[in-house]
Amino acid sequence: MAVMTYREALNRALDEELARDDRVFLMGEEVGEYDGAYKVSKGLLAKYGPNRILDTPITELGFTGLGVGAAMAGLRPVVEWMTHNFALLALDQVVNEAAKMRYMSGGQFSVPIVFRGPNGPAEFLASQHSQALESYWTHVPGLKVVAPATPADAYGLLKSAIRDDDPVVMMEAEMLYGLKGEVPDGEFLVPIGKAELRRPGADLTLITYSKPLWTVLEAAGELARQGFEAEVLDLRTLRPLDEEAIYASVRKTNRCVVVTESWPQASVASYVAYLVSRNCFDRLDAPVELVSGEDVPMPYNHALELAAQPNVPKIVAAARRALYAEE
Amino acid sequence: MAEKKSLGGHDKKFLMGLLSSMHRIRAFEEKAGQMYGLRKIGGFCHLYSGQEAVAVGVISALDLSTDYVLTGYRDHGHALACGMDPKAAMAELYGKAAGCSKGKGGSMHFFDAGMHMLGGNGIVGAQIPVAAGVAFAQAYRGRLAGKGSESSPSGATVCFFGDGAIHQGAFHEAFNLAGIWKLPLVLVVENNQWGMGTSWKKVSSNEDFSAMAGAYEAHGEFVDGMDVLAVYDAASRAIKRAKAEGAPALLEARTYRYKGHSMSDPQKYRTREEVEAYRARDPILHLEGRMEEAGLLSAEEKEALRSKAEALAEEAVAFAEASPEPEASELYTDVYAG
Repeated sequence: MAVMTYREALNRALDEELARDDRVFLMGEEVGEYDGAYKVSKGLLAKYGPNRILDTPITELGFTGLGVGAAMAGLRPVVEWMTHNFALLALDQVVNEAAKMRYMSGGQFSVPIVFRGPNGPAEFLASQHSQALESYWTHVPGLKVVAPATPADAYGLLKSAIRDDDPVVMMEAEMLYGLKGEVPDGEFLVPIGKAELRRPGADLTLITYSKPLWTVLEAAGELARQGFEAEVLDLRTLRPLDEEAIYASVRKTNRCVVVTESWPQASVASYVAYLVSRNCFDRLDAPVELVSGEDVPMPYNHALELAAQPNVPKIVAAARRALYAEE
Repeated sequence: MAEKKSLGGHDKKFLMGLLSSMHRIRAFEEKAGQMYGLRKIGGFCHLYSGQEAVAVGVISALDLSTDYVLTGYRDHGHALACGMDPKAAMAELYGKAAGCSKGKGGSMHFFDAGMHMLGGNGIVGAQIPVAAGVAFAQAYRGRLAGKGSESSPSGATVCFFGDGAIHQGAFHEAFNLAGIWKLPLVLVVENNQWGMGTSWKKVSSNEDFSAMAGAYEAHGEFVDGMDVLAVYDAASRAIKRAKAEGAPALLEARTYRYKGHSMSDPQKYRTREEVEAYRARDPILHLEGRMEEAGLLSAEEKEALRSKAEALAEEAVAFAEASPEPEASELYTDVYAG
């Protein structure tokens, strides 16, 4: 078992998949000569050369669409978006091309492509560079969406995504690139569509994904000190959702809090909360709680930006409401 | 000895093929328009009548065993020129299971993987970066075959789009990418002079579209899109260059659509005289006239081609009428692999 950073785990996955299959190539802004804006692609240009590691001009729509066409023609592109904020320029190519090509061609064309890059609030970056946009992609049938919280999942999910025959959007977390964690030796895949139980507990279920997992685990520790054992479920994949894992946990604990750093309206988390309310209604002892990012653009001021995000006190308070144990 | 005659260096068999293909498209579109009027076909339906010389001229210059075609939503003509069976095309307009996209695509999304016809795209200009990606795959395979970055691509990709699409960022982003990565991409702007109801001149700061190639140091050429032989010759040059040099090109084919933008267009933005002036330069009549002058087309042959095309369109309608609707379960298939 090796200890490595989230960044190194992604790099290892890319390296292995590039070595395994010469249809795989990586393109994006600064992925080559610069070794990646966040150094995820470090060393890959030197190893695989400019035909397979391609620095693009700053044209998100253009190179994303180019990736879609290359995938239709049988390659397996990995498109790095410097951040998901910039990927909004490529929304049409993902939503109208990648996601729909199989369906509107009556099943004649696959688009085996991975779109990946950092997502979610960072620090001191203000509104346009600090937001969680996973709900945009998760809304769309035809796409798969993964959001790993650990180095091992970052590695295993990226490998699965590259081998998948459908377009996969990967939400990496900017603040997790330096996070260290254990990654098993030897090759392994993390299946797309499987949640992971991070902490067992009998009193309530905390459902989350990506970076907030770490805040949620901290909150679970705090709840334990207060006498409540929370179960923590990490979704890992946002589409397709592991509904069975969600219901199995909530039917055991009868209480549920969903935690996301994204906005509350029309979000992955609000949909999960709806599913739980709909499908576990008879087993719920309290309304499903939602802890989300505040419903505002991200401010620059540090105290304000922290206040805009889920934190331990907010999660503990929501949990205690679900437990009818408000202080 | 008539068989020895030629026109512009092309023999009779080739010319008859061009004429037959244009007739097939014209007859299909006329029939599609009729069936739309009878409410057999719904939604958007953009007819290609008037522009036949562009699709037929360009696609005749391709080798579809290695080359690819992508287009926008006015895609019936390109699909038929690639060799799609009119039955599969008409069944698609009817939304039937035997349609070329299983009734899931409709008029704007004709696909045929076997014929390398990669759609049928409903977002103006969005197919251009996708086409650059197909050309990228061709170049990539050539480069990985161990011949370095300058090796020949395995084929070329042609992307059709209209005068409305050329101002999209998608066009400029894709053209630049094709230039820096030396992609065998031939961009064909079918300037039919009306972007829906807006004159291309009103929205184009540079009315010389082919000159836009200069911005990307690519080959640009203007061609009369009502003259199928001129289109064929220009396309052949661009495709040959694309394959030999791995270089993109832009071809502007000035053409005209006889019908409205879609079936719901009352065409108040243009005059009857303008339409008639272009009908007088009809691409089918034009080629027929030149072949007759050269002694390459008899009155009987001319009539036979026309009636054959009309019969194919009739058969296509009969086939579509008789075809079953998709199974209800088809709603959920083809969203994901497996």
